[in-house]
Amino acid sequence: MEVTINLNGTPETHEVEPRLLLVHFIREKAGLRGTHWGCDTSNCGTCVVWLDGKPVKSCTVLAAMADGRSVRTVEGLEQGGQLDPVQEGFMECHGLQCGFCTPGMLMTARALLDDNPDPTETEIREAISGQLCRCTGYENIVRSVRWAAEKEQGGPVTESETPAEVTA
Amino acid sequence: MTTVEERPHTGFGRTLRKEDVRLVRGKGNYVDDVRLPGMLHGALLRSPYAHAKINSIDTSAAEAHPKVLAVITGETLKGLGLAWMPTLSYDVQAVLATDKVRYQGQEVAFVIAEDHYSARDAVELIEVDYEPLPVVADAKKAMDADAPVIRDDKEGQTNNHIFDWESGDQAETDAVFANAEVVVAEDILYPRVHPAPLETCGSVADMDPVTGKLTLYTTSQAPHAHRTVYALVAGLPEHKIRVIAPDIGGGFGNKVGIYPGYVMSIVGSIVTGKPVKWVEDRAEHLMSTAFARDYHMRGEIAATKDGKILGLRVKVLADHGAFNATAQPTKFPAGFFHVFTGSYDLQAAHCTVTGVYTNKAPGGVAYACSFRITEAVYLVERMVDVLAYELKADPAELRMKNLIQPEQFPYTTKTGWEYDSGDYPKALQLAMDMAGYDELRKEQAEKRERGELMGIGVAFFTEAVGAGPRKHMDILGLGMADGAELRIHPTGKAVLRISVKTQGQGHETTFAQIVGNELGLPTADIDVVHGDTDQTPFGLGTYGSRSTPVSGAATALVARKIRDKARIVASAMLEVSPDDLEWEGNRWQVKGDPEQGKTIQEIAMAAHSSLELPEGVEGHLDATTVYNPPNLTYPFGAYICVVDVDKGTGGVKVRRFIAVDDCGVRINPMIVEGQVHGGLADGVGMALMQVIAFDEEGNHLGASFMDYLLPTSLECPSWELGETVTPSPHHPIGAKGVGESATVGSPCAVVNAVLDAIKPYGVRHADMPLTPAAVWGAMNGRPIRTDLAIP
Ligand code: FES
Ligand code: FES
Repeated sequence: MEVTINLNGTPETHEVEPRLLLVHFIREKAGLRGTHWGCDTSNCGTCVVWLDGKPVKSCTVLAAMADGRSVRTVEGLEQGGQLDPVQEGFMECHGLQCGFCTPGMLMTARALLDDNPDPTETEIREAISGQLCRCTGYENIVRSVRWAAEKEQGGPVTESETPAEVTA
Repeated sequence: MTTVEERPHTGFGRTLRKEDVRLVRGKGNYVDDVRLPGMLHGALLRSPYAHAKINSIDTSAAEAHPKVLAVITGETLKGLGLAWMPTLSYDVQAVLATDKVRYQGQEVAFVIAEDHYSARDAVELIEVDYEPLPVVADAKKAMDADAPVIRDDKEGQTNNHIFDWESGDQAETDAVFANAEVVVAEDILYPRVHPAPLETCGSVADMDPVTGKLTLYTTSQAPHAHRTVYALVAGLPEHKIRVIAPDIGGGFGNKVGIYPGYVMSIVGSIVTGKPVKWVEDRAEHLMSTAFARDYHMRGEIAATKDGKILGLRVKVLADHGAFNATAQPTKFPAGFFHVFTGSYDLQAAHCTVTGVYTNKAPGGVAYACSFRITEAVYLVERMVDVLAYELKADPAELRMKNLIQPEQFPYTTKTGWEYDSGDYPKALQLAMDMAGYDELRKEQAEKRERGELMGIGVAFFTEAVGAGPRKHMDILGLGMADGAELRIHPTGKAVLRISVKTQGQGHETTFAQIVGNELGLPTADIDVVHGDTDQTPFGLGTYGSRSTPVSGAATALVARKIRDKARIVASAMLEVSPDDLEWEGNRWQVKGDPEQGKTIQEIAMAAHSSLELPEGVEGHLDATTVYNPPNLTYPFGAYICVVDVDKGTGGVKVRRFIAVDDCGVRINPMIVEGQVHGGLADGVGMALMQVIAFDEEGNHLGASFMDYLLPTSLECPSWELGETVTPSPHHPIGAKGVGESATVGSPCAVVNAVLDAIKPYGVRHADMPLTPAAVWGAMNGRPIRTDLAIP
């Protein structure tokens, strides 16, 4: 069957098997490899993209179900050569290590901030709780999202400071 | 656009990571992102049985699939001499099963098709006639007289025994125990867990039929070691093998070994003449790749009545699965478990470890364990709490009383380790101060009065990392020294080539900072090349927290070689003797006349110019080195965990976690902090949720993230970190390594906290993971065996 998906603003039309997962459409057919795959059971969230503006796990959506709809991926975050504040925040606050969970985390973070520009730590933790990160222990992901929120709120964010560590 | 890299930065300190520039844009290049022209896709058929004889395999239906190019079985491999491959522990492992399958999920056949979906479809079309055999799922039954012999492929193997190993002085230890006022014993299980990096394992093999050169893109923490093993397995000349480890989505020790799937992608490429990709799914990953732990330990601790610890005695039964494939230094079949004396000044210690085969997946040293130090630290820290329980002592005070004192370093332990440096009481005191320890104990007492369950867990750890001195340490005969190459281009920009491989630790940044610190070059001007055997010097790879201690040292030393050479060039430029020059930041200058000097950049250009250099001095500015560590490094730390336990359900909430780490000099504190955070989350996971359990038939009960639970953002508290800095005296920059510290130290802090909370129920010990059911069972006098689904 033929499927057309508006991917980061560009229509992508491909002949696909009806069973093709959206994550594979994005990676294999459209060739955008920023969106990852990490589990068989919709638990890890490394595949999170936006479908019509809402974050979804793209391993749990068929490409056919996204026909005629729009999808935004991590490659669609940077606009006009300018990183999205969540991308900057993850760099500033060491919100990533291996980077495998990062695209999914970024998409969820962007959606959260669009919805709730000034989230608390608990709200951030809840927003990303359907996704796994094996490297960061989540702490710096939370800080990264807060950094982005503050930047967007017009806070005086230039360079992040690691919260003071106690030294003996 | 301002990115961090453009911010001026040189040397040590917090600076943003070079690798993030691509990773936050989704422009990483992981194995599954590799696309080659004409690439085919492979998929493995795996055994549904834990132990079964293979009577026959019918591949005809799979071969008839229109998109299938080849189906390979063990019989095909046998003809090529490739059915078995060496493991990193001098055992062999089946690439594809021939005679029988020995664990559930074992590789049986490999299908190569035009696309991934078709390869999977065709796997389903293969018919195997299995004859199920009795199963050994419980290590404790592996040595029973009637236990089936799993490794009947090995000549002379008549039971499931692999090795016996011991460390320490048994007679001395027995004497200390015989005379001790207090002796306490406990059976402690460190159940099987799996590192579960978010990226599963995979490879893309590309054998060029014309040149005979094999390029393998693969999820490898140790590309050079892998290349050598492939040369040995496949008989390919080593210079015709190029192993490329691109971006890796987490490793944690899981990607040290060589898996049948990697080998099959190579065989597939040879057979078809096309590149072949193989990427496993999550179930395959959790069922067949390297697990960790599975140590059944009996610990005994001897002490005086007032809490002076005298000795430790430990007996371990180690479950190594169906093939002994642990990745560790050859002389140490139990890894570095003999560091179990921990951070305490003891009179005697002895341990024995017996390794056995079971019908479970191979592996054993994986998951940020620093070669079984995780098990060792868990054992000793649990035993100290067991002793505190019996003596009714405060666990922090008891530790304080027994810690090795700063003036005792270098300290030689009863099992032969030479701890390089440390100030243990300072670290523990800092953790207690940060936690507000006395206040917490007061709060706990008040809560107990009200019948609420709150626990405070303390753990102290010492690690032995940076393997290692080549005269003691090798893997499969390969000594554990690391090379480094540094080249300064004419304009003063640098390329560093290292043998270790980041899986998220930020080597591209940290190692540039080491060079920057030595030469005064901006971090942005230094490129770090790694993960490609054709482009980097030999070395054993990244695991056991060895990158900074070994390759970090190599990097500092190769930069110092450059500095020495730069001195000679500068002396020619300035027409003075090299002895009249002194190094200042980023330049050689004339002593007493600092105006007269040349920066490293000016020197680099001159070194490539027509400037006449002294007799015997080659031009250009590059150097190579191989670093053979004189000793291991010994990072340490003090951890305190605070939990609340729900009386009704046994549910545990980690309220606070205080972690004081001393890893010597910190190159990039931001990265160090990140490493600790990740390890702490692992500790919470292992203590409370993670276990790879089996049923009696050897069925794997944790083959998905629905069943094998990993901590999310909600189970993790906001970590509270502290640091002390005790440099390593023998490391060129005083760094000790930190990658695994928190994974090693944190599980016991959490477990000690939970058991502290339920102490009013008379519980002295319960095994991980302390799920609500396990906690509730312990509170109600019904402890459960967490690694087996046997009622
Ligand atoms: S791939 Fe794991 S949730 Fe989609
Ligand atoms: S950064 Fe590695 S999984 Fe999140």
